[in-house]
Amino acid sequence: MSNRIQSTFEKLHTKGEKALIPYIMAGDPTLAMTESLVLALEQGGADLIELGVPFSDPIADGPVIQQAAERALRSGTTLKKILATVTNIRRKTSIPLILMAYYNSIMAMGIEAFCAQAVQAGVDGLIVPDLPPEESDLLYEATQAAGGPVIIFLLAPTSTAERRRAVMKRTHGFIYYVSLTGITGAKLTDLSQVRQSVEVIQRASRKPVAVGFGIASADQARDVAQFADGVIIGSALVRKIFEHHSASTFLSDIQRTTHQLKSVLLPVTATP
Amino acid sequence: MATSPDTHGRFGQFGGMYVPETLMPAIHELEKAYLAAKRSRPFQQEFHDCLKHFVGRPTPLFFAERLTKTLGGAKIYLKREDLCHTGAHKINNTVGQALLTRRMKKKRVIAETGAGQHGVAVATVAAMFGLEAEIYMGTEDMERQALNVFRMRLLGSKVTGVNAGSRTLKDAISEAMRDWTTNVGTTHYLLGSVLGAHPYPMMIRDFQSVIGRETRKQILALEGRLPHCLVACVGGGSNSMGLFYPFVKDTKVQMVGVEAGGYGIGSGKHAARFSGGKPGVLHGTMTYLLQDEDGQVSPTHSVSAGLDYPAVGPEHSYYHDAGRIRYTSATDAEALEAFDLLAQKEGIIPALESAHAVAEVVKLAPTMKKSQILIMNLSGRGDKDVQQLAKMRGIPL
Repeated sequence: MSNRIQSTFEKLHTKGEKALIPYIMAGDPTLAMTESLVLALEQGGADLIELGVPFSDPIADGPVIQQAAERALRSGTTLKKILATVTNIRRKTSIPLILMAYYNSIMAMGIEAFCAQAVQAGVDGLIVPDLPPEESDLLYEATQAAGGPVIIFLLAPTSTAERRRAVMKRTHGFIYYVSLTGITGAKLTDLSQVRQSVEVIQRASRKPVAVGFGIASADQARDVAQFADGVIIGSALVRKIFEHHSASTFLSDIQRTTHQLKSVLLPVTATP
Repeated sequence: MATSPDTHGRFGQFGGMYVPETLMPAIHELEKAYLAAKRSRPFQQEFHDCLKHFVGRPTPLFFAERLTKTLGGAKIYLKREDLCHTGAHKINNTVGQALLTRRMKKKRVIAETGAGQHGVAVATVAAMFGLEAEIYMGTEDMERQALNVFRMRLLGSKVTGVNAGSRTLKDAISEAMRDWTTNVGTTHYLLGSVLGAHPYPMMIRDFQSVIGRETRKQILALEGRLPHCLVACVGGGSNSMGLFYPFVKDTKVQMVGVEAGGYGIGSGKHAARFSGGKPGVLHGTMTYLLQDEDGQVSPTHSVSAGLDYPAVGPEHSYYHDAGRIRYTSATDAEALEAFDLLAQKEGIIPALESAHAVAEVVKLAPTMKKSQILIMNLSGRGDKDVQQLAKMRGIPL
C-alpha cells in the first residue's frame, strides 16, 4: 500500500535525513490550537505528526499525557471533532498525520465508520496502543476495505522473536519501537539496548523503524538517530505546550524548538 | 454453550488480550504457567492444602431459617464466604496466584483494590509467602475504607494512593497496569477479579470455583437435590462466577447476578453495566462497559466500593448475551435495608457488596415456592463497612 507515510520515509532516506515525529494531544488546550500547532511543527521541520486522541483511561501513558488527555476532554474534544480538525488541516498541508487512539474510542464510533471517515479526512496512519496484532483482525480488515489508514504496530524491549515477526508482517508505514519497558514519558537509560533491538528489527525488515517513549532532548534524539529511521517526541513536547501555550510567542517558540530537534536529524555533512 | 474461553481467550465475542505490546509476552508467560499449574498435581494439592489450613475451607452452607420465615417463600441458604480468613472470598484467588507467582519465580506482586478486601487478601498471602507487595487504591476508596488501608499496612504491604480520574477502582487498575508495564520482568500483577486480559478471567474463575463446587456437594448432602436458584452480587464478578460456574451446565438451576444500582438506574449514577453499558474495551478485555457515546468511560456510583467499577468480567457478558444468567440491580437504599435485615434476622453483618445480593433475595424469595431452594453467596463480612455506616447515620464512634 503506497501512502504519504511511506513516501515521506523514502524521500528522507534519499536525502540521508532521519524523520522527526512530534506527538501532540489533540484538543490540548483546544482543537483550534491543535490546527495551528500542526502547521508550526511542520514549518519547524517535523516530517510526520502524531495526534493523540484523548481517552479517559490511557493505560499506556504516563502522567504528562494522562493530564493532557484530561485537559483535552474538558475542552470538549471527541474523535469526530478531531477528524473534522484533520479535514481543515488537510486544506493547508500534506504532512503525514497519524492518530494515536485507544481501541475503545474507535469501537465506540464503529470500526468501519471510523476508517471511512479517517480516510476521507486525510488521516494516514493509526497507532492503537492497546491493540496487539492478535486482536487486530477486525480493524485491519476495515482499513483494507476503506483504503486506509495504515496501522502502525509497536514492538517493545520485551517482544520475543516470534512477536517481532508478527508485527513486522502486519505493520505498514513504519515500525514503532518502544525504547523502554514502561509507559510514555519515562526516562530512557539504556541506549545500547535500544540500538541492539532496532538493529535486530532492521536486519529482518526493510520497513523504517521509529523510536519513541522517553526521548526528551535534542541530545537523545541525535543519539537515537544514529541508528533509527525516525524519532518520536511526545511527553517532553506535550509538557512544553501545557506550560507555554498562553505566551504570545508560543507558536514561534514551538517552531524554533522543532527546528532545533530536526537539525540534529540531518546528515552530518549538511549540518551547518 | 461453551464454558471455557477459546485459544484466543474469548468467550464468544468477549474477552481477549487488549494490552500494550510491552505486556503481551508476560500475558503469554502467565497463560503458559497457569495451564501447566492447572495440570500439575503437586500445585493443585498445595492449593487445596492452603485453602483448607490457611483460608479455613470448606466454608459452611448455612440454612437462614429466620430470614426464610420472614420472607415467607423459598428456603434460603447462605454460602458463608464471609468466614474465609480475611473476611471474604477474595483470598481463594490470592492464594492461587501467590502459588503461581512463586512458580514463575517472581518476587514482587502488585494489585488494585476497591473495597480493600482484595488488597488485604493480597497483603496476607504476600506476608505468608514472603513476597513484596504494593497495592494501588483510589484515594476516594482509601477514605471510604480507611480500616482496610491500615490492615494492609499492618501486614507489611505498601499502599499507594491513586489520584487520577475518579480516584476509585478503575483508576487503581490503570495505575497497577502501568506499574506492571514498567516492572514486568520481576513483578506479577495479582488481579483481583475475573477481569482483565486472558488468562486472568479464566484463571480467577477457576480459583474461585471452589465456592460452587463445595456448594454443590453441600446442598446435595443437605437436601438431596440441586437448588432452584443462585444469587450473588457482581462487581468485577469473581464471587458470582465462583458460585455459578460449577452449575452452568445444570440448565434447571437459575442464576441471578446483582449489580450496583447506586441512586437508581434512572439517575445515571450507578454501576449496572447490563442496564446502561454496551460492549467496549477497558483494562485488557472486551466486555459490557459503562461509557458515553464517544467511548469515554463513565463515572460510576455505588455505596459499595467493591461494586463501583464500569466494566464487568467478560464471561459474565457472554452468559448475559446467551441468556444463561439473569442480571438485575439493587440500589444503595435497598442494599442498606438488606444489610440491617440480615444483621438482625441472622446475626450476620454482611459486606455492603454482599448486601446487594441480600436485597435481591428479599425481592425474589417471596415469589418462590416454599419447596424451592435459593442459595445466596455471602461473599464477605461487613466489619470493614461498619465505620462508613456509622458515619452515614451520623453516629460518632
